[in-house]
Amino acid sequence: MDRERVDQIVDKHHAEPSYLIQVLLDIQAENSWLPKEALERVAERLRVPMTRIQHIATFYKAFSLVPKGRHQVHICMGTACHVRGAPRVLDTVQEFTGIKPGETDLDLKFSLETVNCLGCCALGPVMEIDGKTHGKMTPAQTADVLKNYE
Amino acid sequence: MSRIQSPAELEELRKDIISKRDPNKPCITLCSGSACHASGSREVAAKLEEEIEKQGLSAEVDIRKTGCHGFCERGPIIVIRPEEICYFQIKPEDVPEIVTETIKGKKVIDRLLYTDPATNEKIIHETEIPFYKNQGRIVFGSNVNVDPKSIDDYLAIGGYAALAKVLSGMTPDQVLQEVKKANLRGRGGGGFPAGAKWEGSRNAPGDIKYVIVNADEGDPGAYMDRSLLEGNPHAVLEGLTIGAYAVGAHEGYIYVRQEYPLAVENVNIAIKTAEELGLLGKNILGSGFDFVVKVHKGAGAFVCGESTALMTALEGRAGEPRPKYIRSNVVGLWGRPSVLNNVETWANVPLIINNGADWFTQYGTETSKGTKIFSLVGKITNTGLVEVPMGTPLRDIIFKIGGGIPGGKKFKAVQTGGPSGGCLPEHLLDLPVGFDELTKAGSMMGSGGMIVMDEDTCMVDVARYFLEFLTDESCGKCVPCREGMRQMLKVLTNITKGKGKEGDIELLEQLSETAIEAALCALGKSSPNPFLSTLQYFRDEYEAHVKEKRCPALSCKELISFYIDPEKCNACTTCARKCPSDAIIGGKNLVHMVDQEKCTKCGTCFEVCPPKFRAVKKLSGEPVPPRISEEARTITRKSKEK
Amino acid sequence: MSEILVNIDGKEVKAKEGMTVLEAARSAGIPIPTLCYHEKLEPYGGCRLCIVEIESRGSTRLVVSCVYPVEKNLTVRTRSEKVDRVRKMILELEMAHAPDAFVFEDLAKEYGADKNRFEKEPSFCIHCGLCVRYCAEVKKKNAVGFVDRGIRKEISFIPEIAAKECWSCKECFPLCPTEALQAAYVLVGALAFPEASPKRTSA
Repeated sequence: MDRERVDQIVDKHHAEPSYLIQVLLDIQAENSWLPKEALERVAERLRVPMTRIQHIATFYKAFSLVPKGRHQVHICMGTACHVRGAPRVLDTVQEFTGIKPGETDLDLKFSLETVNCLGCCALGPVMEIDGKTHGKMTPAQTADVLKNYE
Repeated sequence: MSRIQSPAELEELRKDIISKRDPNKPCITLCSGSACHASGSREVAAKLEEEIEKQGLSAEVDIRKTGCHGFCERGPIIVIRPEEICYFQIKPEDVPEIVTETIKGKKVIDRLLYTDPATNEKIIHETEIPFYKNQGRIVFGSNVNVDPKSIDDYLAIGGYAALAKVLSGMTPDQVLQEVKKANLRGRGGGGFPAGAKWEGSRNAPGDIKYVIVNADEGDPGAYMDRSLLEGNPHAVLEGLTIGAYAVGAHEGYIYVRQEYPLAVENVNIAIKTAEELGLLGKNILGSGFDFVVKVHKGAGAFVCGESTALMTALEGRAGEPRPKYIRSNVVGLWGRPSVLNNVETWANVPLIINNGADWFTQYGTETSKGTKIFSLVGKITNTGLVEVPMGTPLRDIIFKIGGGIPGGKKFKAVQTGGPSGGCLPEHLLDLPVGFDELTKAGSMMGSGGMIVMDEDTCMVDVARYFLEFLTDESCGKCVPCREGMRQMLKVLTNITKGKGKEGDIELLEQLSETAIEAALCALGKSSPNPFLSTLQYFRDEYEAHVKEKRCPALSCKELISFYIDPEKCNACTTCARKCPSDAIIGGKNLVHMVDQEKCTKCGTCFEVCPPKFRAVKKLSGEPVPPRISEEARTITRKSKEK
Repeated sequence: MSEILVNIDGKEVKAKEGMTVLEAARSAGIPIPTLCYHEKLEPYGGCRLCIVEIESRGSTRLVVSCVYPVEKNLTVRTRSEKVDRVRKMILELEMAHAPDAFVFEDLAKEYGADKNRFEKEPSFCIHCGLCVRYCAEVKKKNAVGFVDRGIRKEISFIPEIAAKECWSCKECFPLCPTEALQAAYVLVGALAFPEASPKRTSA
């Protein structure tokens, strides 16, 4: 992300240090990850220490310090989905993609995350790919769904 | 729209809006909450708009995209008013028929109606459906009539009348007394009396005070706040403004988790339209009272639902809680008096002001007044959001409204209070729902998540699951939580893997005491609750795991084996074809066998074996029977010619 | 500032308004063990070792003395069965990370804490936060901070700042109860700025 765009985002929030998290959320949403140069510019503009940014960028799950894959796969591990068998779904997704939650595969195709409740408990177990909800997943179905993604 | 300068002008505007609405005009109400979006309601909405226009009905029929209706298991949901015909699980393909048959032809489409499972009868009207009928939706009920993006809808149902009443004739103290009289207790988890919290801030020194909406809703399985904020943001704003007036705050914050984009969108629209109309901002309704509201998004941390951690996050820091020796309603955000309340708590305020504390206290029990919205999820037939008066027995919620356990399975436990709560077993089903009642039984009300579990749920695994969640979400600052839970998780994981040993349960109990006594915040202090409550009511499961290496619920992967009963297998080959790990040794007319080395315990074979055979069994605590010989595998079938 | 009388272990202690229980106890020479406390730093309340039993407004409970403010009619007991049990557990939990750290030797003996109660953890850091807080509050350089949360929380140096500041400072090194800090610095130095740190044989 270029410096100008980072500055625009910082200015949108009036360069207020208390809006640090909102600034980072905007960068994350646009860029899908937080490059180091962007963080350094934010530290400079908001006049906050890099340690605070580093802590926030790693403390909150919304942020990624590494590039993400083309497709974001989220498996809901909320209690209702857990009780309906989400761990088994996660197992088969891990097997198919070859990655564990928090990882991105080497082709930068899939990024896998577990999330704690998407609030679609009626459809549990839920697998969300690029924002699209796939409900009532069973382990056997996961391969069929994932095969459709390039 | 021009700014409203007085409460009288507000009433005129309201009358004007209502006069332009014909109650007999057909209106198609489509639930457009996030859960229904996930079920495809956006596509249905698009098709509806297309079809209405195609059939030339745009002037005669209204389409209202409302917030969540609550019956999430059956979404997408359409209610056609004024007849209140209720259709469920609508697909875009159903739309042309609905428009032609029901809107134009005034005929009901049977297959889209709700079927009462007890009587097998079709029910046409929304209010007669047991799921809705047995609730008491004083807060949530408005969702079905309001398009959250339209302030007119909210005004049409009486919105902002409470604010007008407050600003035109009540002193801040009078408002405070009314809320205290109503005994409104926090709906976010703590159950702290809201009136006392407000009073503490009002009396605290300092000119600058804050009111905050906690919309972080981190409990997995709970989404009541999302539906309220998405579906009726003005109700929350109105309550917040009234609270600000009572406390003496002129700045408010709504902290919404970023995982709720629709709630963020709708609340921002609501703030904007309220400001345009003079219901927010400077000189509200000409009263001289100023109040601005800002929206802050969370960034993915459950601990930020804890009030002091939330305030720390509002200050732009990592959400580490602060010690509560000095209460945050005195020293809170930026060190100033701050009233933080949950979304549902704020949404109750306009009702209390409009109808009076006495009206409010007629609902509920001695110590828990009003209603509570629960998210009824898990192993339940009618998954959705349920609002009932406090004091309603758990049994009624789960069976009368929830429709009981699907698949003919037996109820085992209901988990309330999220990761800070506990599991209640069958013999406590008659417990009336209330703050103190649930706490006494070893659980807690929490934010309202109610997760139903059946005979297939392993309670030791439930405790392990919550601990895994909490070790991830803990801020990590204090030793009893960070290190205590680290060790508790290790022990519980070992127990579920068959590596439990004598002394494990005692160690877990000691670690629990350390967390309860010495942890920094409520997350840490309540982290042992899932373990302690499951130990209290399901001790036999723990002992089976530790002593016999057996999982009574047949759930823990390392402790179960899948086995195909040679007497029952009919070689239909379904399991072999569906097995994702190629772990079934099959063959035509040969009894199928599970290759235990390859089996990943996914359970697919168990799910797909046809009910008439039921050949796949789960074993635990006993060795898998040895493989039968090749000759014994051959199934001789009776020839059909004879 | 007005004077407040508190009772600590049966002794009447004159404390000033705004003092914490720990400060009041120390002023009277009554020992309370701590791990994450330092006079030059804001109280942290992370290790919970300084936990004490108090009686106030009719109820008895445990509070963390380094952050709990003194109040009128406060009765404090720095030792009790429960306090000792909690302190023992805290020590054992921390010793899973740094079993041989110097700070634990005497404390472990006094509370009967067993350094082998828990399996050893791969990270030596006990997360007392002394290094992070010292660098932020006293040196104001913010060369080292926390990352992540929960059981994954660790300390981490910012390589660019550490390269400039740390070699000539190292004031946090003696504060560290374990060797984790030095290890983290050496590691980040080797990986991130090998040119900047001079090659010496002793740390």
